[in-house]
Amino acid sequence: MKKTVLLGALTVAGLAATAASAATLDDVRARGKLNCGVSTGLPGFSNPDANGNWQGFDVDFCRALAGAVFGDGSAVEFVPLTTQTRFTALSSGEIDVLARNTTWTYSRDTDLKLDFIGVNYYDGQGFMVPKSLGVSSAKDLDGATVCIQTGTTTELNLADFFRANNISYEPVPIETNAEAQQQYLAGACDVYTTDASGLAATRATFEAPADHVLLPEIISKEPLGPAVRHGDNEWADIARWTLNALISAEELGVTSANVAELAAAPTTNPEVNRLLGTEGELGAMMGLDAKWAVNAIAAGGNYGEIFERNIGENTPIGLARGLNAQWTEGGLIYSAPVR
Amino acid sequence: MTTLTEQPEKGFRLSQLIYDTRYRSLTIQVVATILLVSIIYWLIANTIANLAALGKEFDFGFLSSRAGYDINQTLIEYDNSMSHGRAALVGIANTLLVAFLGCIMATIIGVIVGVLRLSKNWVVARLMAVYVEGFRNVPLLLWIILIFALMTESTPQPRDFREGGSASMILWDSVAITNRGIFVPSPVFHSGATLFGIITLLGIVAAYVYRKKSLQKQLLTGEPPVSLWIVMVSLVAGLAAVFVLQGFLLPGEQSFNPAITLNSPELGGFNFTGGLQLRNSLIALWFALSLYTGAFIAEIVRAGILSVSKGQTEAAFALGLRPNRTMNLVILPQALRVIIPPLISQFLNLTKNSSLAIAVGYMDVRATLGGITINQTGRELEGMLLLGSFYLLISLLISSGMNFYNNSVKLKER
Ligand SMILES: N[C@@H](CCC(=O)N[C@@H](CS)C(=O)NCC(=O)O)C(=O)O
Repeated sequence: MKKTVLLGALTVAGLAATAASAATLDDVRARGKLNCGVSTGLPGFSNPDANGNWQGFDVDFCRALAGAVFGDGSAVEFVPLTTQTRFTALSSGEIDVLARNTTWTYSRDTDLKLDFIGVNYYDGQGFMVPKSLGVSSAKDLDGATVCIQTGTTTELNLADFFRANNISYEPVPIETNAEAQQQYLAGACDVYTTDASGLAATRATFEAPADHVLLPEIISKEPLGPAVRHGDNEWADIARWTLNALISAEELGVTSANVAELAAAPTTNPEVNRLLGTEGELGAMMGLDAKWAVNAIAAGGNYGEIFERNIGENTPIGLARGLNAQWTEGGLIYSAPVR
Repeated sequence: MTTLTEQPEKGFRLSQLIYDTRYRSLTIQVVATILLVSIIYWLIANTIANLAALGKEFDFGFLSSRAGYDINQTLIEYDNSMSHGRAALVGIANTLLVAFLGCIMATIIGVIVGVLRLSKNWVVARLMAVYVEGFRNVPLLLWIILIFALMTESTPQPRDFREGGSASMILWDSVAITNRGIFVPSPVFHSGATLFGIITLLGIVAAYVYRKKSLQKQLLTGEPPVSLWIVMVSLVAGLAAVFVLQGFLLPGEQSFNPAITLNSPELGGFNFTGGLQLRNSLIALWFALSLYTGAFIAEIVRAGILSVSKGQTEAAFALGLRPNRTMNLVILPQALRVIIPPLISQFLNLTKNSSLAIAVGYMDVRATLGGITINQTGRELEGMLLLGSFYLLISLLISSGMNFYNNSVKLKER
């Protein structure tokens, strides 16, 4: 009898422990900083600079989220994760948000229980080969040795692509981008395949980038976006609307330079006023400060600024906006209305 | 008549559970069991509750779903349309392969180095000491990566083997050493191969029986046995004769059609094709595991030899035994009793250490089941439990096998 009571109590304690961890926002506030999962190092997306400060497109999303929650974009702890450890880190609560060029797929959303809060980069899988190999199409890669990061969508696409084209290859499984780069440059594989953005970013760090070409085929859709744990809708909303706020800000012409000025007093544009909290109570609806979006934008600029600074055409990575232009410019980047 | 001593009260008091030595140990055991069970229960309940909160359930169904990824080294048939369970088996086969190769090579290295470290030759003994200390005191992962890096950086790419390239094949154009692995000829079996296999087996059995008989005869009559060398040479010569003869008898286009031919690797497209590819990942892992574990085994062997008292050697010498016979007949059989038990744990270590394979992209069970499968299906708990049970099972198998051998060599007390 006594034993059952004891065990019962333990069960309740166990359940209570889990119930508490469901409110991510409270946990983050109590901790005083956001734990953000990033890559182990992909220039332009998430990479520590010479002083050990994390820089990049995904990093800036985390800074914006920290800005929205704390009013301080530097209240972030970055947790470098390999492709294999990222999902476990998120579901175990080690990180609050995963911003690590992760593709939104059906099974990750449903079976792995991640919630993707949007897409911050529309990508696709490409192939990079040394120019000296004289290959001009991915279909000519029969028998090639291919470096591929394990635990990725790209690994599965690769298998499908070669199968569909009835050609063979030898996969060289690799854990991190840095290793892949080293193996590829040493000639241990003929081809490196991953997201085209990742290839461009990797190539930009080569000594002689011009000696390597990206093949014309893009063999998959890789919508990359930040993800949170399934089951905490309030936290997912905060992350989703932080991304939307950055996108809306670009559309509305709100930048890191003019955000303070625009937020000082209501402007003539009600959309800007709602976003910047000079009109309405939008922040409170998510349990955040009225200036949540102002702080998010102040942390690193709007979506366009973040893009241009980290991976845009004037950086060594040199990616064009392409699909990632605002919908008004013919791209796919589109925020739901902030109202 | 009065009783001198009063009978103690029959009643049982609760305090006896603690103060009475008759009951105390029982109390402690019961309390410990309850505690243990509740901790385990708490862990399990907590896990289940957490899984439920994440909306995941405990389910091994993922093992039969499509894997979708490719594996480079497959000892059993596999392609990406097969199941995650199958991929796990491919990984298991790869783990067993490297563990098996590693245990053999580590033992050979260990025995040689262990004996040489006791050598009277100062230089040899010192060199062995440097090897042992170097390998024992640097983490295994570093050795694996170092050997792998050496092999990829210092060897030519397959395309260097093209006409006019800087590299060429060795051993009459049959072996190519590249930065992706070593390509060696592989045997191709033709119609007469089974017959030849049977003959070979029979030959080995016959040679073994013959040698055994002659050793028994030595015990009875003192007649020296046929030397092992003569037995081996005649076995090989006999088999070669059969092989050649069979080649002339077998039907085919030419007059000489051997039952087994070699398929040499050839450069085609991006890579060598044909033959057998020993991938750099396998070689690096195998060498690093063997060299690392070999250093430990060397120390075990040295300790084993030193444990046999010097008087034994002197007695053997006094009987006129030559040094190598003294080693083989007197010292090693006794040293083995000391060597085997710690050797078992070195084999277990080697097997478990092989799970560092993914560092060089060797697809062992940790990389397939414990890596890609877990990542693609999100079944961390199930995958890790399976992986843990696999290593447990394999360790138990190795140690029971070695214990069996240990029982056969240990001192039999009559
Ligand atoms: N988008 C794919 C691939 C992600 C991926 O592998 N990205 C690589 C290169 S683009 C990366 O982030 N590497 C950095 C690292 O190794 O930490 C996925 O989500 O599975």
